[in-house]
Amino acid sequence: MQEFLQLVLSGIATGGIYASLALALVLIYNAMGLVNFAQGEMAMLATFVGYALITRGMSFWIAFPVTLVLAFGGGIVIQRVVIKPVEKAPVLTLVIITLGLATLVNGLAGFIWGYLPRTFPSPFSSDSVDLGGVFVSYRDVGVIAVTGVVLLCVYLLLQHTTVGLTLRAAAHHPEASRLLGVHVSWMLALGWGLASAVGAVSGMMVAPVLFLEPNMMQTIIIYAFAAAVLGGIESPLGAVVGGLIVGVTINLAGAYLPGVGGDLQLAVGLAIIIVVLILKPNGLFGQAAVRRV
Amino acid sequence: MGTLLEVADLSVRFGGVVALDRVSFQVEQGQVVALIGPNGAGKTTLFNVITRVYRPSQGTVLVDGRSVLAIRPHNVVRHGLARTFQNVALFRSMTVLDNVLVGDHTHTKSGWLQASVPLPGAVAAESAARKRALEMIDFVGMRMHADRPVATLPFGVQKRVELARALVSKPRLLLLDEPAGGISHEEVDAMARLLRRVHTELGVTMLLVEHHMNFVMGISDRVVVLDFGKKIAEGSPAEVQRNPAVIEAYLGAA
Repeated sequence: MQEFLQLVLSGIATGGIYASLALALVLIYNAMGLVNFAQGEMAMLATFVGYALITRGMSFWIAFPVTLVLAFGGGIVIQRVVIKPVEKAPVLTLVIITLGLATLVNGLAGFIWGYLPRTFPSPFSSDSVDLGGVFVSYRDVGVIAVTGVVLLCVYLLLQHTTVGLTLRAAAHHPEASRLLGVHVSWMLALGWGLASAVGAVSGMMVAPVLFLEPNMMQTIIIYAFAAAVLGGIESPLGAVVGGLIVGVTINLAGAYLPGVGGDLQLAVGLAIIIVVLILKPNGLFGQAAVRRV
Repeated sequence: MGTLLEVADLSVRFGGVVALDRVSFQVEQGQVVALIGPNGAGKTTLFNVITRVYRPSQGTVLVDGRSVLAIRPHNVVRHGLARTFQNVALFRSMTVLDNVLVGDHTHTKSGWLQASVPLPGAVAAESAARKRALEMIDFVGMRMHADRPVATLPFGVQKRVELARALVSKPRLLLLDEPAGGISHEEVDAMARLLRRVHTELGVTMLLVEHHMNFVMGISDRVVVLDFGKKIAEGSPAEVQRNPAVIEAYLGAA
C-alpha cells in the first residue's frame, strides 16, 4: 500500500510535467486548430537557454522565470516570423511547417550545444520526507508545487482577465472577435508565447531527471499528446487532468505490469492515444463538434 | 441629423460572378432601413463589405463621412459599427456574460499588461464592465441565463445574446443579418418589439437584412430592394410593396 501511494505521488509529479506540455499543445490547438509538433522541441530549446543561464552562475530560481519570459518572447517571434505568413494555408501545410520547425529547432540545439547528455541541476534536494511510512521525495513535492502554481496562473489568466477572455474569443471565433475589436492576429501570437512558456516549464522540470540533450523531449511529447487527447484536445482543464492520469497510469503500469518497465512505457502512452481515439474521440472534457449548416 | 452610412457605386466581384453591381443608398441618422431581396441578391455580401470582411472591386462605403476601407478590421467597432450574423456567431463554450463582455472590452481602456494583472484599477474597470454587460443582458431580457454557456441555450435566446453583445459596444449603426430568421412566430414578434426599443430607447440607427416581410414592413422607415446584385427599388415600405419591379423579382414575371 505504501509503495502504491509512493508510485501514485511520483506519478502525479511526472503527470504535472506532461500536463504542462499538454496544456501548451491545447493552447495552440485552440488558437489555430492544429497540433504544434514543435512544442516539445521549443521546450527543449528553452531548457537549454535556462541551462546556459545557470552555468553562467545564475541561481535556478532566477533562471527559471527569466527562461519563461524568454520562451514567451520566443513563442511570439516564432508565430510572427514562421506561422503568420502562412496563417491561411491549409491545415496540412501548417502541420508540415510545425514538423519542419521541430527538426530545425532540434538541429539548432544540437549545433550549439551538441548531443552529449548533460546533467541539469535540480532545484530540489534528493532527500525524502517520511509521511507516515510513505516516503515522498522533495523533488516530487517541488515539481508538483511548481507545475501546480504555473497551471493555476494560466487558469486565472485565461478565465479571469480581460486578456484571457479576448484570447479565448479570438481562438474560438476569429471573424466575430475581429468585429468586436479584438486584435486577433496579436492574440494568436500571445497564445503562442503563452504555450511556449508553459511548455518551457515542462522542460525545466524534466531535465534534472532525464539529462539535458536535444532529443530529451521526444518521449515526453508522446505522453503530452496522450494527455491532451485523453482530456479532449480543446480543453485546458482536460489537458491537466489527462496529464495527471497519464503520469500515474504509466508509473503504476511500469511497476505492476510485468515487462512494461523501461522502454515499453512509451507503448502505454501510445496505447492510451489509440484507445481514447477509438472509444471516446472527444476525450474526457471535449465537446462533440456540432456545426450549423 | 445627417447621413450615417453612405454606400456609393459599390461593386463586388468574385471571379466572374458579380455579387454587387454599382449599388448606392444612404442610411440617415436615427433611421431603420431594411435591405430585402431574393436569396443571392447580395445582401450579406454588402454587410461583409461594410464590416471589412470583403474588399469591394469599386465604390465607397462612408460611415459618418469616413471611408471604412481605410479602417483596419478590428477598429471597425471603434467607429461605432456593430453587427449580428445570420447563423449567430457567438463563442459557444463561453457563458452569456463572457460573450457580452468580449463585446464590451473595447471600453475597458487598459493595456494588455494591466488587463492580465489584477491591479486595483483593472479590477474596478472589470467590475464596471460586468455591470454594463449585465445591464445589456437585462435589456434583452436574458438575465436569468447570464451564467449559462451559450451552447446550451435555444436559438432564439442566442439571437438575443448576440444582440446584447453587439449593443454593449454602444454602436451608432447596428447591422442585423436576419434578426427574425430561424425563430418561432412568437419570438419574431418579441424581436420586433425589442428592436423598436433598441431604436427608441438606445437611439441606435439600424440597417437590417430580413426575409420576413411582416417584420420588415412593421419596423422599417425605408426599404432598399436588391436583386442579382443591383438595387431595383427604394422607398417607404408601402411604396416598395406596390413597386412592380419588386413584385416581379419576388414572384417572377407575371
